[in-house]
Amino acid sequence: MTNVNEPQIRIRGLYKIFGASPERVLPDVQKGMSKADVLSDLRHVVGLRDINIDMYAGKTTVIMGLSGSGKSTLIRHLNRLIEPTTGEILIDGQDVMKMGQAELRELRQTRMSMVFQKFALLPHRSVIDNAAMPLEVRGVDETERLNEARKWLARVGLEGFEASYPHELSGGMQQRVGIARALTSNSDIMLMDEAFSALDPLIRTDMQNLLLELQEELHKTIIFITHDLDEALKLADHLVILKDGEIVQQGEPQHILMHPEDPYIIDFISDINRARVLRARTVMKAGADGIPVAGDVDADDTLEHVIARSEGRTDQAFRVMRDGETVGVLTMTDVVRALVPADPSQERQAVAV
Amino acid sequence: MAQYDGVFNALGLREWCDADKVDGPMTMAQLLAKAQGTNPDEASGPLPFPSLDALHEACGRIPQTRDMTAGLERFFLDIKDNLKLVLDPITQPLSWMLDGALWLFTSIPWFVLIPMLIALTWFVSRSRPVTIFVALSFVFLGAIDHLEVAIQTLAIIFVCTGLCVLFGVPIGIAMSKNDRLQKGGIPVLDLLQTLPTFVYLIPLIFLFSVTESKLYGIAIILYAIVPVIRLTDLGIRLVDKDVIEAADAFGMTSRQKLFKVEIPLALPNIMAGVNQTIMMSLAMVVIASLVSAPGLGVLVLRGIRNLEIGVGLIAGLGIVLLAVMLDRASKAALARVDVSRSSR
Repeated sequence: MTNVNEPQIRIRGLYKIFGASPERVLPDVQKGMSKADVLSDLRHVVGLRDINIDMYAGKTTVIMGLSGSGKSTLIRHLNRLIEPTTGEILIDGQDVMKMGQAELRELRQTRMSMVFQKFALLPHRSVIDNAAMPLEVRGVDETERLNEARKWLARVGLEGFEASYPHELSGGMQQRVGIARALTSNSDIMLMDEAFSALDPLIRTDMQNLLLELQEELHKTIIFITHDLDEALKLADHLVILKDGEIVQQGEPQHILMHPEDPYIIDFISDINRARVLRARTVMKAGADGIPVAGDVDADDTLEHVIARSEGRTDQAFRVMRDGETVGVLTMTDVVRALVPADPSQERQAVAV
Repeated sequence: MAQYDGVFNALGLREWCDADKVDGPMTMAQLLAKAQGTNPDEASGPLPFPSLDALHEACGRIPQTRDMTAGLERFFLDIKDNLKLVLDPITQPLSWMLDGALWLFTSIPWFVLIPMLIALTWFVSRSRPVTIFVALSFVFLGAIDHLEVAIQTLAIIFVCTGLCVLFGVPIGIAMSKNDRLQKGGIPVLDLLQTLPTFVYLIPLIFLFSVTESKLYGIAIILYAIVPVIRLTDLGIRLVDKDVIEAADAFGMTSRQKLFKVEIPLALPNIMAGVNQTIMMSLAMVVIASLVSAPGLGVLVLRGIRNLEIGVGLIAGLGIVLLAVMLDRASKAALARVDVSRSSR
């Protein structure tokens, strides 16, 4: 694995234009012609415009946007299922765009795995054969690949279903097979394209927890696509918000919540349950000046948890701890204030100024 | 004078028309008119369609329609020897295969062959009713002394269907991978499918001797290969795009993709094509009896030629029975493939 401070994946100046001759249109798009103008005047669709993202090893990067924002297009550029119009994608310093067919196949077989929204399992193969598929592609012999597949199926909670066929399983279980398949390939990068979007809410929460649990243990570099903000905030170490093929804001999710830079994002975050996603470390005041405290909370505890601890009393304060050290103080007044988002219209004006 | 004279005069082509004018042999119309004592060259009656014949009357340089037909025939006769030189060796194995299969099927004693065929039915269909039906049909055909001819027909169908699958599936795969090939191939397939079955025999009779079995072999294969090509092409194009994308994302080579994903998922469609191919070979094998294909078709032909109604009808019944047997067995095989592989 590379240096932790160096991003494992770097996307630089990535453009994707759909249409008959994207190269001809590219200069205009680079000069800043709007998406609507490009569509009406030049009959091309701007899929992605000037995307720059750094993704760090062992972290989860969530790319969030509504349908049509280009997020699925973006993730398919990483393993070049879609060819970009221009731009660089560096994986450990290696440019994916310059790879030949064989190198690209090698990359897909060993460095990257993918989980799909519609599961995309092979319907004619049993669960264990599906999970073993990435190793089969690589030519690993049968006993070894089945052992590996069995191990990961058990890890995602599918012990005993090895001989079933995908159509005999529920959606959630099928996606567990999808995850097991990605894990079996033992690649350090996992691409997840709306992996949980087709699942029922309860099952989706289960799967999110499963992913967090796996991530705690495996530290994969995960690139996760979603249109669901709650899901994005729950999973993301780094959040990228995409709109109409452009990045609106990217950064640490807590930071984006507290400091939205764009009216689009303000609208977006106005509906979420802030108590559940904001964390103590985000709202606390640094330092521990002698305010009497009612107890300790962890820096990563959610405000919901803190409110439960305070039993509703607003005159209390808590000491915020991380790894046994005091990092700040959290008063309940700050907690309550943080729960009310800044008035969107006011903030919109503030941004405009 | 013919009615279109004016046209050529107006265009100033009269001289060109009349230059080295030779009277060809008389047409049937001229002959008839002469017999009736009228002059056919006289402009009379309503204006005829400006066909080659009508224009020829006005201008000797315009060829008659019969010249065109004759030309086509001459063309065929001219290329025949060269074409034969190429086609003969290529198609010779087909004769051997057909003759070999006919010899094999007819020389194995019935008490060995029939159980073998019943076992084969069980093997492909795994269906008790179908196997019992096939066994009873063989008993019936045997009881009415039609076993040998039915077996001959069956032998021809096995060889032809086998070759159709052998060539049709790869062609279908190539068409599914290449849009231009598909565009070019579909009109050819349409032609093969709509050409009246008798017309298949015409150029083949020119090229090959009627006594050679490859003559009817080629006719059957050309006619019956269409559905298996079409449905292979369709089946592979219908494979779920998401699954193909997953195969790509895990770095499958196109070969791996074809054999591990596309063909298995297209198999139900391919099998449906094989079923159609079997049915169409059976239809053609009767027509092919006109050009010495042995089997039940010969009896049907005898029934028509000699007005032996009973012989023709019984042989026809035998063909229907064979058709139902083959159809049920291949459909059962198709259903078996479908159940274990379908996700929906």
